[in-house]
Amino acid sequence: MSENQIKLVHTFSALAEIGQEVTNKRNFQEMIRTSLHLLLGSLAIMRGGVARFSRYGHELNMLAVRGLGEDFPLSLSLCQEDERQFLTAGLTAIEISQAKMLPLFHVYDQSFDSRKLELLIPLIIRDEFLGVILLGEKANGEPYSAYDKDIICAMARHIGVGIQQRNMMSELERKAQENLKLYDDLRLTYKDTVKSFAAAIDCKDKYTEGHSVRVGKYSELIAFELGWEEKEVEGAAVAGYLHDVGKLAVDRSIINSPLRLNASENIQLSKHPAVGYEILAPIHHPFTDVPLAAKYHHERLDGRGYPDGLLDHEIPYIAKIVNLADSFDAMTTDRPYKRRRNAEDVIIDLSENSGKQFAPELVSAFCRSMLKELTNEKKDKKFRRSLGKDYLDSEKIVPMLKEVLNNRNGTSYLTNVAS
Amino acid sequence: MIPQTEREHTFNSETGKAIVFASDYLNKLSGEKIERECKTKLDAGFKTLEVNFKQTEIVNSIAISILLGVIDAAANAGAKVIFSQVNEETVELFETLGLTNHVKLEN
Repeated sequence: MSENQIKLVHTFSALAEIGQEVTNKRNFQEMIRTSLHLLLGSLAIMRGGVARFSRYGHELNMLAVRGLGEDFPLSLSLCQEDERQFLTAGLTAIEISQAKMLPLFHVYDQSFDSRKLELLIPLIIRDEFLGVILLGEKANGEPYSAYDKDIICAMARHIGVGIQQRNMMSELERKAQENLKLYDDLRLTYKDTVKSFAAAIDCKDKYTEGHSVRVGKYSELIAFELGWEEKEVEGAAVAGYLHDVGKLAVDRSIINSPLRLNASENIQLSKHPAVGYEILAPIHHPFTDVPLAAKYHHERLDGRGYPDGLLDHEIPYIAKIVNLADSFDAMTTDRPYKRRRNAEDVIIDLSENSGKQFAPELVSAFCRSMLKELTNEKKDKKFRRSLGKDYLDSEKIVPMLKEVLNNRNGTSYLTNVAS
Repeated sequence: MIPQTEREHTFNSETGKAIVFASDYLNKLSGEKIERECKTKLDAGFKTLEVNFKQTEIVNSIAISILLGVIDAAANAGAKVIFSQVNEETVELFETLGLTNHVKLEN
């Protein structure tokens, strides 16, 4: 092969490799370093560097350098005139000796001269100034030919595209982060609003203060124990917080009646699940089952619940969770017409009604959660905070919970003991 | 089978010459390791660096860039660089690109 042919094959191989390198999705820094090697090696250029333009700092930050020495500035400040001149010139190989009028060289002239830098290539892609490539002398000592400059510009274009892609990715990542933060803020706002709403619901009922908030917490505990994902657990909590929203439409005198309700009052009260659904359905919740939890939280597996008397498989799962949480809170808080039941009775009730009113796996999850708290497997004392620190007597409750969990159908043993 | 000693970079402190076996990984970014080791040897006072190309079939642009780094470092340290056992095709490339202006070729 002639000398020209050898050179041609060598430079075109480098050009092909640099194209491949830029489209390769691996580490950006490695891509730039490899590209600089390919550029310098294609024409045997002794030294050089690639710098990225930061439009925020109006500076060129060196991404990769070869042979420029440790004291070469890693960041070069630019002024608007430099940027304007680079944009006017476009992606072209500029002889540094002809670019000395640029303000950049007034500041860094010595650094450029001492490294024998000969060419500067502004990386302009689609009228965007992305950075520069600086090149020193060639190993053969010859000046750069027009052919050399064409090759350099072709390779520089690839590097420029690589930087532009990286900038776009960074911008996308930044926007994604921003959106994520906004979403988190929105979620927090939603959660706070839901909690405030729950507090508002509870305010209407002076006897069951904090009921919705506690049902939210119990629902959250069950969902967590079921191994649901964080978002789903949050959804279960929200469903609990809002399950009684329909009570806002029920007459206060009925809700606060100290006596057992008559038939007509019962009818009005029993409408609250459907009303709750009507209130919640038009809202665009991040968790789709929230309105269903409100509508069906009084349904039972055996079909004896209301409003629709649904059977086990017809009841939305979230409603089953809220039903259990709601019933537990009803049994463990004082009502105008009766005192709260002791914890042992409540565990027995849960066990007896497992498979009738409550889904057995939910009873197990609930008991497991309580057991973990009582045996200090869990640090967070949510049950104690909701029920009062003396309500759950570990010595009595722990063996009962273990029995419920050991008993697959969750009924017989405790029923027998109680009777 | 290439003897283990030839796979690695050997340095003979008695002769003041460090021998580096270029192998094929000179053609990749990992070849920068050779350059770093050469610089370490120059800092340690070696005055001759020999790069052996016995196991190197082809030399690409990355390898040229790395070799230029070695040449530059050696020049700054006042040391000389020898390329040995270079195949004919690679010799032509070194000559075309002007690397032979800075190094001595040996068989």
